[in-house]
Amino acid sequence: MTPPGEGEVAGGFMGEPSADGRFGDFGGMFVPETLVPACQELDRAFRSAWGDPGFRGELDRLLRDYAGRPSPLTECPNLSSELGLRILLKREDLNHTGSHKINNVLGQALLARRMGKTSLVAETGAGQHGVATATAAALFGMDCIVYMGTVDIARQELNVFRMRLLGTEVRAAETGSRTLKDAVNEAMRHWVAVADTTHYCLGSVMGPHPYPWMVREFQRVVGEEARRQCAEVLDGGVPDVVTAAVGGGSNAAGIFAGFADTGARLVGVEPAGGAAVGRAVPGIVHGSRSYLMQDEWGQVLEAESISAGLDYPGVGPEHSHLAATGRATYEQVTDAEVIEAFSLLSRSEGIIPALECAHALAWVSRARSELAGLTVLLNLSGRGDKDVDQMMGILG
Amino acid sequence: MTVAADTAPVGGAEHSWGRLERALRDRRNSGGKCFVPYLTGGLGDDWLETICAVAGAGADAIEIGVPFSDPVMDGTIIQQANDKALSEGATPQSILAAVRGAAADIGVPTAVMTYVNIAHHMGYERFASSLADAGISGCILPDLPLEEVGEWADCAQAAGVETVLLAAPTAPDERLPRICDRSRGFVYSVGLMGITGVRSELAASATRTAVRLKSVTDMPVLVGVGVGTPAQAAEVCRVADGAVVGSAIVTRMLEGAGPDGVASLVAEFRAALDAAHS
Repeated sequence: MTPPGEGEVAGGFMGEPSADGRFGDFGGMFVPETLVPACQELDRAFRSAWGDPGFRGELDRLLRDYAGRPSPLTECPNLSSELGLRILLKREDLNHTGSHKINNVLGQALLARRMGKTSLVAETGAGQHGVATATAAALFGMDCIVYMGTVDIARQELNVFRMRLLGTEVRAAETGSRTLKDAVNEAMRHWVAVADTTHYCLGSVMGPHPYPWMVREFQRVVGEEARRQCAEVLDGGVPDVVTAAVGGGSNAAGIFAGFADTGARLVGVEPAGGAAVGRAVPGIVHGSRSYLMQDEWGQVLEAESISAGLDYPGVGPEHSHLAATGRATYEQVTDAEVIEAFSLLSRSEGIIPALECAHALAWVSRARSELAGLTVLLNLSGRGDKDVDQMMGILG
Repeated sequence: MTVAADTAPVGGAEHSWGRLERALRDRRNSGGKCFVPYLTGGLGDDWLETICAVAGAGADAIEIGVPFSDPVMDGTIIQQANDKALSEGATPQSILAAVRGAAADIGVPTAVMTYVNIAHHMGYERFASSLADAGISGCILPDLPLEEVGEWADCAQAAGVETVLLAAPTAPDERLPRICDRSRGFVYSVGLMGITGVRSELAASATRTAVRLKSVTDMPVLVGVGVGTPAQAAEVCRVADGAVVGSAIVTRMLEGAGPDGVASLVAEFRAALDAAHS
């Protein structure tokens, strides 16, 4: 356990990006001309809303009464003794719709309504962001279209049905790898044609400015709550390590934001088959400059992961900045390690995790000797109900 | 430097013209309208012969698409062409090398159209000099808007490559002169809110955006995106200086029409523009 403030980095991390939307060398607004006014409008609207106590109050009320915040912090005595460290889970799996995605979506839907938009469009991988967006659209009485790769539609049938039940139109992305990357392409193509009436409800800390910043701010509530909750159980201190899974990186950004100004070690965990940060080659796709898996000519590679939510070849630009500066480190785990972690948490604590956050646990489990005796805060970003069918096929 | 929207057209008068801009201005000054077809590089065995044939069929300049894995500004036709060319092994290097070898046969100025990551991955300086080396006059990167274009545009200018910027129907009035000021070769007036592809009717925004651009620049204004038939091209050219046509041309390539088949479609566009505006 580290006292707060110790090892603080000068200059500050996870504040506002520069005026041109940069976190260090990463970020920006690399979109077709047609979308520039929409991004600029969103930037102005978000700044105004975020500084408006009325907006903040309404969002806080929704997060409390509709999403069920604050989410608990759970001690894990069985798992802790098995791993030889003290593990605390931030229980985003207990939110309405089953993951952290609802935090961002309620913020964006409220903002979209404030901007006079009548429709939402979104992309989804595992379906968690799609379900959250469909939920907010139902709540706010907005039309909603969600793009999802055909590969993901097949492996996340239940979430497809949920979205349709909520009144959303699910459209198949049939190009390229037919996963999250291609769903983002289709959502952007859709948005180019309807930006005047439709808000693009992007699900992660990626895309053009202001999305990486805005989505992180909407997820900051995870880190701020966890900071207070940790202080209660750690006598005013902070954990030694804060860890979370990283695909685009929104749940990691949310929890890191609560601890960026402390001495806590921040560790993002990527799938080995989607290790954008691990490979550390910068590229530009989907609106921002960030680390990106690509071939020798700059063609974007297809990520491969057991988890549809992390099956993405890029990463949010702020994570590239945190990695490049050394403020956070990024580890990679294999599908086999993830399957083991999925079972481990289910068995030891009676909590079935989403495959996404099982990545973070897989790293903790692998690094247990290095982490011996330390306090580790892990963002349990979603629940595993959606993955049970897939895991039944694997574990039998 | 920006120009107020209500002043006389000045954009384009302040820089020396490259080969692409000279060719388009020459066509306009002789009372004609410019026709610029888009062809996907590396698509099929005869794409280079097709480019040469198209040049001889009345194209004033040719856009050569360098396929990218994630073309967010493109509709299904150009996506299909991209995927096919990539699966057949097309790379930026193979396309540029082929164009370089055929520069004399092509005869008209060419511009590469691709996405910024292709240039970024090679390095802006190296990509710009590779284009110049291949005899390519211009470059269009649709996901590199005004705010982000500076670093690339400087490298392109140093290599003598004209960077064509897009202007969209959504741009507020104050933005258009800034785009014209930074664009080289021509200004690409985006015909509609949406991605590339053939539509049954020309969008009202196609002529509207061109009129707005013509009021702030002397540089050639060409309309592209959603212009798919000779009649639609003639219609936008009532106000614009020319038209860019991609998906309709690439459809012919995908159908296997061959150099003569694609060239005959280009000749139809040429004839429609000449007939309507002679």
